[in-house]
Amino acid sequence: MTAPARPAVGPVRGYLDYYLTSMRIAIATQFQYRVANYFYMIGMVAEPVIYLVVWSTIARQQGGEVGGITPGQFAAYYIVWTLVRNMNIIFTPYGWEERIRTGELSGMLLRPVHPIHADLGFFAGWKFVVIVLWLPIAVVLSALFQPDLQPRPIDVVVFAFAIWGAYLIRSVNYWILGMVTFWTTRVGPIFQLVFTAELLLSGRLVPLSLMPDWAQRLADVLPFKWTFGFPIEALVGRLPAPELLGGLAMQALWIAIGAIGVRVVWRFAVRHYGAVGG
Amino acid sequence: MPDPAIHVRDLRKTFRVPVREAGLRAALKSLVRRESRDVQAVDGVGFDIEPGEVVGFLGPNGAGKTTTLKMLSGLLYPTSGEALVLGSVPSRREPAFLRQITMVMGNRNQLQWDLPALDSFDLIRAIYRLPPDQFRQTRDEFIELLELGDLVNKPVRNLSLGERMKVETVGALLHRPQVLFLDEPTIGLDVTMQKRIRSFVAEYNRRLGATVLLTSHYMADVQALCKRVIVIHHGRILFDGALTELASRFNATKTIGVVLKDGTVDLSAYGEVMSTDDDRVTLRVSRADAPEVTTRLLRDLPVADLTIEDPPIEDVIEHVFAGAAEDQRVEAEAAAAAAGASS
Repeated sequence: MTAPARPAVGPVRGYLDYYLTSMRIAIATQFQYRVANYFYMIGMVAEPVIYLVVWSTIARQQGGEVGGITPGQFAAYYIVWTLVRNMNIIFTPYGWEERIRTGELSGMLLRPVHPIHADLGFFAGWKFVVIVLWLPIAVVLSALFQPDLQPRPIDVVVFAFAIWGAYLIRSVNYWILGMVTFWTTRVGPIFQLVFTAELLLSGRLVPLSLMPDWAQRLADVLPFKWTFGFPIEALVGRLPAPELLGGLAMQALWIAIGAIGVRVVWRFAVRHYGAVGG
Repeated sequence: MPDPAIHVRDLRKTFRVPVREAGLRAALKSLVRRESRDVQAVDGVGFDIEPGEVVGFLGPNGAGKTTTLKMLSGLLYPTSGEALVLGSVPSRREPAFLRQITMVMGNRNQLQWDLPALDSFDLIRAIYRLPPDQFRQTRDEFIELLELGDLVNKPVRNLSLGERMKVETVGALLHRPQVLFLDEPTIGLDVTMQKRIRSFVAEYNRRLGATVLLTSHYMADVQALCKRVIVIHHGRILFDGALTELASRFNATKTIGVVLKDGTVDLSAYGEVMSTDDDRVTLRVSRADAPEVTTRLLRDLPVADLTIEDPPIEDVIEHVFAGAAEDQRVEAEAAAAAAGASS
């Protein structure tokens, strides 16, 4: 008997099974490359450590704080930053060109599941490897920089949701950006522009509270803050509960906007697919 | 009469490709004005394939075979024309349609490179939402049919090309598709491995009654699997019919093999001598003259053995393509002459 047009199980159970299987495969794959993953993560730690050292030095020179943030709070911010950054790793927009050129996308298009689910499932699985590998790094950084971190239970719960919200916002946004590759292969400068905006307006380079007012207002209406600054602040900033819940609501809004964007852009983008690579 | 599994009418695909000459001047010029031209990859193709049929789709490189297959599997949007596969419009890529087809592209790796194939098979189960019992039964059956044994427990990156193609083929068919688009499924494989894949496809077609559209440059694949062939060249169909008819339609010659009782003699008076191996002489004669030449050979010479055969299918196909190229050249010359006369 050949395949029936309708699957044996419903969509909810089907997608749950698909995600769990994808995640399991990602974990198995990434543990095969645990040493490479570790060096990658250690390399990634260099960025926040530089920020941390610079800001801590400035804080000490200015009498113990910058904009109300002490060296201990900077340490907490940038150590949590390392986890948020790793949770924010998604399928890079630069990867689309290779995916199209090698024909990998053809294989994905032949499956009865939208290709974004393959990326979401795989990178979500990878996060579990990341968290396991991150723990010792966090211990070492904490011993070195003495973070001032005293989260309340609500901070921990909101943070747990916020890091996954950040992952989803970044995934859908960079999927939309990556799909520009269907129209032109000269996409590097466009990507770089967006990455620069993200660096400045997300809280990645510097806590947003240290940015000028206009930059903070701009960050409020862009998605970047909800992928870096908000999850970090949720754990270290002792934000009031309404602000925490409002932040999660903003994340949900950006996820919804991104999902609609993916749906619309994909419909037009895939018509431009030349399936050149096989 | 059931509806055809694949229905194609006047299908066309035009690609717009950038045009740029070599050199710095051309590079600078392209900054200001980018030029492109249209390439007609598929030019009004039409055919029907009945459920359960295995059809060979033949043509030289760039003929439009793969582009047609990609349009039928939903990977490419046609520029115009009609295509229906199992009653669905492929370019809509509806999940119900995708669940019933597969496309195997030679040398394409769709399995997880770092993990054993069994893990990839499990992901395929989840993608197609297959019932676990049916999945296990199909998987084990296919593993046995292709004699994969322990290969499915090895990381895919450690498998040879042939082994990988076998596991790829299993992966592509685990959801038991009704329509198979096979694009060079045996490319780069040794003869034994080609044979194994061929028998597997034949067995799949026999057991499940699936429809197969196959492109291959290995005529052994086509001869073993397809009763019907469609020949495409420059995006147009040159022939659609039985494989046996292809030889009689496009080949005007027969091959006569002769072994004489008292050694070889010059047989050039009977036809074109193609080869002489030990005491066997192979002659090429026109199809019409074959009976008369055979009678003369048997009458005039002490014949120990005589065979009459169609030439190898590769030669026939080559002849078809050469004929099409010649027709095109003549058409182009006629068009040029007409243009010259009217100017």
